[in-house]
Amino acid sequence: MPIIKQKDYKTWKKFDRKRDLQNWLCWFLGTLIFTFCFGLISSKTIWFYVFDSHNEALDLLGRMFPPETNYFFTLIKPIWDTLNIATIGTTIGTLIAIPLAFLSANNTTPSKKFIRPLALFCIVSSRSINSVIWALLLVAVVGPGVLAGIIAIGLRSIGFCGKLLYEAIEEIDENQIEAIEATGANKAQIMTFGIVPQILPAFTSISIYRWDINIREATVVGLVGAGGIGIELDAQIGDLAWAKVSVILLAIVVAVVFSEWITAKIRKAII
Amino acid sequence: MNDKKVIWKRKPLIKNRLLRIGLILLISTYLLSVFLTTEIDWQRILEGIPRGKNFIFAFFPPDFITRSDEILAGIFESLWMTIVATIVGILISIPVSLGAAKNIAPKFVYFLSRGVITLSRSFQEVILAIFFVKLMGFGPFAGMVTLSLSTIGFFAKLLSEDIEDINKSQTEAIKSTGSSWFQWVNYGVQPQVMPRFIGLSLYRLDINFRESAVIGIVGGGGIGSTLNTAFDRYEFETAAAVLIVIISIVMIVEYTSSHLRKLIK
Repeated sequence: MPIIKQKDYKTWKKFDRKRDLQNWLCWFLGTLIFTFCFGLISSKTIWFYVFDSHNEALDLLGRMFPPETNYFFTLIKPIWDTLNIATIGTTIGTLIAIPLAFLSANNTTPSKKFIRPLALFCIVSSRSINSVIWALLLVAVVGPGVLAGIIAIGLRSIGFCGKLLYEAIEEIDENQIEAIEATGANKAQIMTFGIVPQILPAFTSISIYRWDINIREATVVGLVGAGGIGIELDAQIGDLAWAKVSVILLAIVVAVVFSEWITAKIRKAII
Repeated sequence: MNDKKVIWKRKPLIKNRLLRIGLILLISTYLLSVFLTTEIDWQRILEGIPRGKNFIFAFFPPDFITRSDEILAGIFESLWMTIVATIVGILISIPVSLGAAKNIAPKFVYFLSRGVITLSRSFQEVILAIFFVKLMGFGPFAGMVTLSLSTIGFFAKLLSEDIEDINKSQTEAIKSTGSSWFQWVNYGVQPQVMPRFIGLSLYRLDINFRESAVIGIVGGGGIGSTLNTAFDRYEFETAAAVLIVIISIVMIVEYTSSHLRKLIK
């Protein structure tokens, strides 16, 4: 942090001249990239619609209010389905993620050259395909319905849980394993008494966290036909029944806030 | 002498026996009720298995060539969308995250900002995209708006948690020099949260690219539109190519961003 001497007084500046110039250049490049990208987007946009959007929004809000409260009772089953998709999907996802995580962690993998990259590839490809795309594929295979949603959520969860879990496995304390080994334990015993207790807290918090995310994801897999409240949402938007759509949106907010509250409670109880 | 054998047993996970049994009962009733209330059409699944096999085989070999122009255009559109949306989203989330930090904001602003965050977090990108496509017409602009808004919920929440954890003595030192509020934020708060800020931005860039693939399905432009068109035309080879491209780009982005984050740390 240089102090710059002027003729008769000193001033303080945060950075010296070189650093200032670097910062300025970064900002300049950043702005350039931003305007360039925005220009490309704007060339593909019909601005008339964008500038008209506030009228459209007001119109839509007018149609949404008052919400059709009676409709809520028909929503109970879809909400129950959504909860189930999230819960069972998370369970399946974590159950598959456990062996994958052990195969891809540096210190527990049976072969670093062959199996580890394969397991990592499974984890990454599960992570990079969104659950809606998974659902899109699965609806074609197992048919529309809750099952497709459960499998889609499960497949998407594998990558997330697997990644976080194998990072947790790689960070375990080797001393404890050595101690178990010294008692003459075999591989399975090392696993159950040496590794599992160490990663159990991480495992529970990861699966709870994923459950919370999955509640949100389960609300949208229905848009492509995979069960849950998304099916209702899609149908009512298709019918332009906006007074019902607002009820669905409210229900989603309530479900999400509820799940967040529960996860916070459980996390506090466990940790 | 005492010839009772001493047997060691692992301690149970939950000490209270009643709670343990209660939890098991609760979980099994839940599973049973799920099983009873979900209609699974096994017939349809049995029918679907050969169909699924055909479906999966239809993806091979992936066809990058026939629609290469559209795939390239889609990817670049997704990239522009991602970059602009991340920047806009972060610019909006900075004031929101300052407002949502308990140690900085007054109560009223705090609850307002928390409300904004909760609202932005509760709706999935796809649901937001449906509405913005309806309001603003098809194309990347609607997708960009969607991604920027959902960036707020993620970014502001995590950043505000970091702001709440800052070292108080540093901010106090700045305050004692008689700084204005903006100077106080700029010199007292911002340097402390900068590492986290950069890490989160990179992470969000990564997420936004992934989400841009889905937003296209409901009309928000980008690679998702290409994917959706491929599905609609039953060109599964092209769809497979698009999926492979998405996976590889996500891998590259993830690898570079984790590398960059390590460098910054």
